[in-house]
Amino acid sequence: MPGLGTTVGRGGATTSPQDLVNSDCILIMGSNMAEAHPVGFANVVKAKERGAKVIHVDPHFSRTSALANLYVPTRAGSDIVFLGAIIRYLLENNAYFHEYVANYTNAPMLIREDFQDTEDLDGLFSGYDQESKTYTDHSSWDYQRDENDNPLTDPTMQNPRCVLQIMRRHFARYTPEMVEAECGVPQESWLQVVQTLVENSGRERTGALCYAVGWTQQSKGVQIIRAGAIIQLLLGNIGRPGGGILALRGHASIQGSTDVPTLYDLLAGYMPQPAEMLDAKPEAQHSPTATTWGERKDQHVHKRTQQTLQEYIDVAGMKLGWWSNVPSYIVSLLKAWYGDAATAENDWGYHWLPKIIGDHSHINTSYDMLDGKVKGYFLLGQNPAAGSTNARMQRKALAQLDWMVVRDLYEVESATFWYKGPEEVDPRQIKTEVFLLPAAASTEKEGSFTNTQRLIQWRDKAVDPPGDARSDLWFIYDLGKRLKALYADSTEPKDQALRALTWDYDRAEPEPGSRLLDEPDAELVLKELNGFYVRKQDEEGNTNTYGFREAPHVPAFTALKNDGSTACGSWIYSGVYPEPGKNRAASRHSDGGTNLDWGFAWPANRRILYNRASADPEGKPWSERKKYIWWDEEQKKWTGKDIPDFPVDKAPDYRPDPKATGMDGISGTNPFIMKPDGRGWLYAPVGLKDGPLPTHYEAAESPVHNALYKQQSNPAAKFHKNRKDNRLASIGDPDYPVVITTYRLTEHHVSGPMTRWMPWLNALQPSLFAEISPELAAERQIVHGSWMVLKTPRGEIEARAMVTRRLQPLRIRGRVVHQIGLPFHWGFQGKSTGSIANDLTHSVLEPNVSIEEAKAFTCNVRPGRLS
Amino acid sequence: MLEQRGRESVSSIAQGVKQLPQLLTLLHKETPPPEEPALGFFTDTSLCIGCKACEIACKQWNQLPAATPDWSGTSYDNTQHLGATTWRHVQFIEQIERRIPAGTGQSAQQTSSTLPKLSLFQPMDSAEAIPATPPGTALPFFNSDRWLMHSDVCKHCANAPCQEACPTGAIIHTEYDTVYVQQDICNGCGYCVVACPFGVIARDTGGDGQAHKCTLCYDRLKDGMKPACAKACPTESIQFGEVQELKKNAQERLGLLQEHGVSEASLYGADDKILEGGLHSFFLLLDEPEVYNLPANPARPSNHVLPTSLGTIITALLMGLMSIFFFSNKE
Amino acid sequence: MQEHANEPGRTSKMLTDVMEIGSRVQPFSRESRDKAARIRDARVVHSVCPYCAVGCSLNVYVKNGQVIDIEGNPDSFINHGTLCPKGSATFQYTINSSRLTKVLYRAPYSDHWETKTLDWAMGQIAQRVKKSRDETFVERLEDGREVNHTLGIASLGGATLDVEENYVIKKLFNAGLGIVSIENQARI
Repeated sequence: MPGLGTTVGRGGATTSPQDLVNSDCILIMGSNMAEAHPVGFANVVKAKERGAKVIHVDPHFSRTSALANLYVPTRAGSDIVFLGAIIRYLLENNAYFHEYVANYTNAPMLIREDFQDTEDLDGLFSGYDQESKTYTDHSSWDYQRDENDNPLTDPTMQNPRCVLQIMRRHFARYTPEMVEAECGVPQESWLQVVQTLVENSGRERTGALCYAVGWTQQSKGVQIIRAGAIIQLLLGNIGRPGGGILALRGHASIQGSTDVPTLYDLLAGYMPQPAEMLDAKPEAQHSPTATTWGERKDQHVHKRTQQTLQEYIDVAGMKLGWWSNVPSYIVSLLKAWYGDAATAENDWGYHWLPKIIGDHSHINTSYDMLDGKVKGYFLLGQNPAAGSTNARMQRKALAQLDWMVVRDLYEVESATFWYKGPEEVDPRQIKTEVFLLPAAASTEKEGSFTNTQRLIQWRDKAVDPPGDARSDLWFIYDLGKRLKALYADSTEPKDQALRALTWDYDRAEPEPGSRLLDEPDAELVLKELNGFYVRKQDEEGNTNTYGFREAPHVPAFTALKNDGSTACGSWIYSGVYPEPGKNRAASRHSDGGTNLDWGFAWPANRRILYNRASADPEGKPWSERKKYIWWDEEQKKWTGKDIPDFPVDKAPDYRPDPKATGMDGISGTNPFIMKPDGRGWLYAPVGLKDGPLPTHYEAAESPVHNALYKQQSNPAAKFHKNRKDNRLASIGDPDYPVVITTYRLTEHHVSGPMTRWMPWLNALQPSLFAEISPELAAERQIVHGSWMVLKTPRGEIEARAMVTRRLQPLRIRGRVVHQIGLPFHWGFQGKSTGSIANDLTHSVLEPNVSIEEAKAFTCNVRPGRLS
Repeated sequence: MLEQRGRESVSSIAQGVKQLPQLLTLLHKETPPPEEPALGFFTDTSLCIGCKACEIACKQWNQLPAATPDWSGTSYDNTQHLGATTWRHVQFIEQIERRIPAGTGQSAQQTSSTLPKLSLFQPMDSAEAIPATPPGTALPFFNSDRWLMHSDVCKHCANAPCQEACPTGAIIHTEYDTVYVQQDICNGCGYCVVACPFGVIARDTGGDGQAHKCTLCYDRLKDGMKPACAKACPTESIQFGEVQELKKNAQERLGLLQEHGVSEASLYGADDKILEGGLHSFFLLLDEPEVYNLPANPARPSNHVLPTSLGTIITALLMGLMSIFFFSNKE
Repeated sequence: MQEHANEPGRTSKMLTDVMEIGSRVQPFSRESRDKAARIRDARVVHSVCPYCAVGCSLNVYVKNGQVIDIEGNPDSFINHGTLCPKGSATFQYTINSSRLTKVLYRAPYSDHWETKTLDWAMGQIAQRVKKSRDETFVERLEDGREVNHTLGIASLGGATLDVEENYVIKKLFNAGLGIVSIENQARI
């Protein structure tokens, strides 16, 4: 989540659903929280009962809206206009939290003279390359720096080149009038939102912000999140109880699968995957920011070669702040992976790590598949034939494979595309060889999930899975053993990584009561994730060397070293299993407070991130009411209700030497320790592919021209324009005039593999329906309860018509714009079937994270069914 | 008065068969469990998020079959009603204000199921139509658009018509004063079904043919556990506990909501007025009971049921007796 | 008992007097008398809900090797025993006659599934991986930069899997085999 990573330092929610009960105001935007996270939403209800104001801003009136004090309907895709106007209001009315902003954010930093804003370039920032349609030169976005590379600042925040003043100019055109014209939100409603936010922040009060894929699944999703985070920084709400940003994640361990990533561009703990980008030359210009003040390369501006470990560290690490520890983390990871074969002489096996050469994200890979470049595919509990955007293209892509392995509990759409589907399918024409393997359910295996608040929770195993169903851990482990056997005698260089790979998770004892004899030991994997000592000095000063199984666990990531004496599969998970017999993910003790003994929250079991910001620059709580972490002058340490997210003995009055490096370079007043300047980034001098400040662009498909700039849509988004199966409606296309957004219902889960085989849930929501306003229904003669057809340039689907006033037409720049809402849970398999909503969606990708735009696009509707 | 007379005539006929049930009782008798404080539900619709966890938790615990999937189009309510295998049911009532100029002929109170088909698209016009809301944080407890959600369930009447109508003694007030159908007694006659003024109890026509409804998780109560629906409810919209305590809570909650300006809030069944004794499962509503399909003054139909059913009652009793003798002889 | 229980409506009181039909003191049947929660004496296993990312704790009740009930764990500060409808239905997700229990195999251009043994399938999959990898592995780019990867195999999934499973997926596929397109739902 680079939106949060770039702004405050880590790609994770800064707070938890349970802390919302401490909020005075909760803004939910880009999320249908009551329906997608009902038990999390219970905390919102509780907060409201205690007097907190709950605001929901969303294109459709949902069960979330029903409980809110204030519901504001808005146009899908116009979020940054709405939020940008709030930013402008805060700046122009001096309504921001001065002391917090001046000390904890980069508002006082001076930006280079050659930086040009969207104000100057009509919607573009400096550094844009028209030919490649990307920002190729980010250097002008950087700070002005002194001889030590430290940024120049103006503590009065009056200098016209300081971040605060640049923001004032940048957001000047985000006026309430613009909100009314572009979002369709009356100024009065918008002002109510702003005033509620302002009145509920400051020393005595805090407000929280909840978002979900309503923001991320847009072609400028990262910048929407940035805009939300900027508001929270300006209001002084981050790092404080009842404040923060709650990224509501939608899958049991989607946070875990980002932390310990099954993502192409990341290694564990948010280190980047080594890269040798095709579009970068070996001698590419050396970015002066890369090793000094540069943001860690979340976004991979892969300017330099990464042929050696040192070159990789130069890109992935930083001179200042916590990321100065990258050498210890990457060497420990390589030791965990390659064991004894990783030595100082061979760069700890770094050269074995595969390098990425471009965007290998899911959708791009699907296009590669379509082009016949991908031979084999593993689908491990995922269902692109219904669950990914442009699903028809996905199904076509699967048909180009040589072989595919699908692991699931049920016979999902992706396993059956070769004989079934919305389009005609002839098995005799499809070569793909399919292995469909039954998988174990979550109750049938042990292991951990990392939830939306970064909390790692262990599950014990209840029973064996039925028949030949096995855990995915077993599948990967067994496959690894077979492949190691197949390559055992190879002398080819390309096979040495696999031969060196440590692979030893057999159980020491058979599992009691289980008929499965070869199920691996998940706690051994957790030990590797936590980290262990390869070499360690005992009390007598003798250095002992250990094998994996008998090695002592490391207690925390602070113990990790870059000399090969430690191994660690994911540095941020260090501490989860600090000693044998103490699996903290499996600790289950609630205490009614911060619950530090229930599960383990990365990093270091901190529950609210950046919590040093809950105290003022001198280290005193901002107020008694919002007391959380503070400096104890007697004990000379930070203390409070949580684990301090700050060096525990660094005094508030500590000031770094100008030449200091690492954590020594972080001042005692800088709470955002992952950032090289220790400050929250209102303005991102580096790290994003689409500019340092959030800017409103229309969705790739929009009924209107961008009223703010000549630039219509995100200039850096990946459009896949040359793809005939990804045709887009034009701007204001009369054939596709209706805005459409997709969402979840409480009763189902994503594309349905985990719910549509369950009669209980199917009875609650038995059919795909589309929600449309009575006005649009009347215009198109669609009758409530009858069938309707929805059409985009990618495809057509049918759905039952739910004519409801919960959807309402909006007045955008004087004309009426209709919006419809579409749940996306159906497919052609299971006990409840229906059209695939994703047959409508397109594959335009957000530039930073390559996420698809499923929350704002255009369509047309007509009564009737598909013929 | 009429009612009174009807009852008396029933009594006189019944006198003749007085010994039969007593004999039956003697033969069947289990030592009744010691009385416990009355337990019940307080379902507070002002906290309901319409998640339907209660419906599923009930199905899961009681291992009830799913209803036949049938998209109703009645907002998000597809299970439609309580029944023999649906013991919790969440209703959805859309009350969405339309911010359009007056005179377009549209009422604000229509729900999606009753929406008229507009002959012409009515364009929204001008910002004046939008009610001016004063700025600031003086926000109402609920926004002006309402989507009412209500988890319906058996009312566990203090004086339950179903129990009074039951000719076999299958329906009892348990030691917790909940209304419970003993499945090993019920013969599926269905008198309880017509007796219930709330349409709660039903015969499982596709299954065992017997009458079923919410048991208030009698089996769980025996082990000191909360009923499944109340336990699952994420927002405490379904509260479970001692009826006296719950009624106190309900009064307090009503007062609090009224303080918050939710003047339309009211309690249903929390006093003794409904069915001469009140309900042990009662509700806080945000609109008139009829909006939730709840009768404002539910009738007690037992006076109609009893006389007509007398013949059946006697037959049932005799048959019961005969079978008992038959089986005991065999032993 | 409650006040109203001592003062039932007059009419029903009369009925009670004459016969026990409609009486509040109907006899308890044996089944009623012996009623007990079926999870009495069951083994409790601690788990976590597999749906959204709120992370509600589950108690899985097991008797005679069978899951008989799944409910929220009241001790958890996250859900206090509560669940949403999906979480409440976890039982039906796991105990479901539609679940796959055998390996199904579809040969190229075939129009039907064949049932296969797990061992056969694993052996075949390992061979497919080796073949595709060997055919598509790239050690160096044309300009000489070492990349040691294959673009010929891809993997999708992980957000519904365990942390430990994600870890071994990335470890085997990426660090061992050189696969780079390893993706999951976080991208979607």
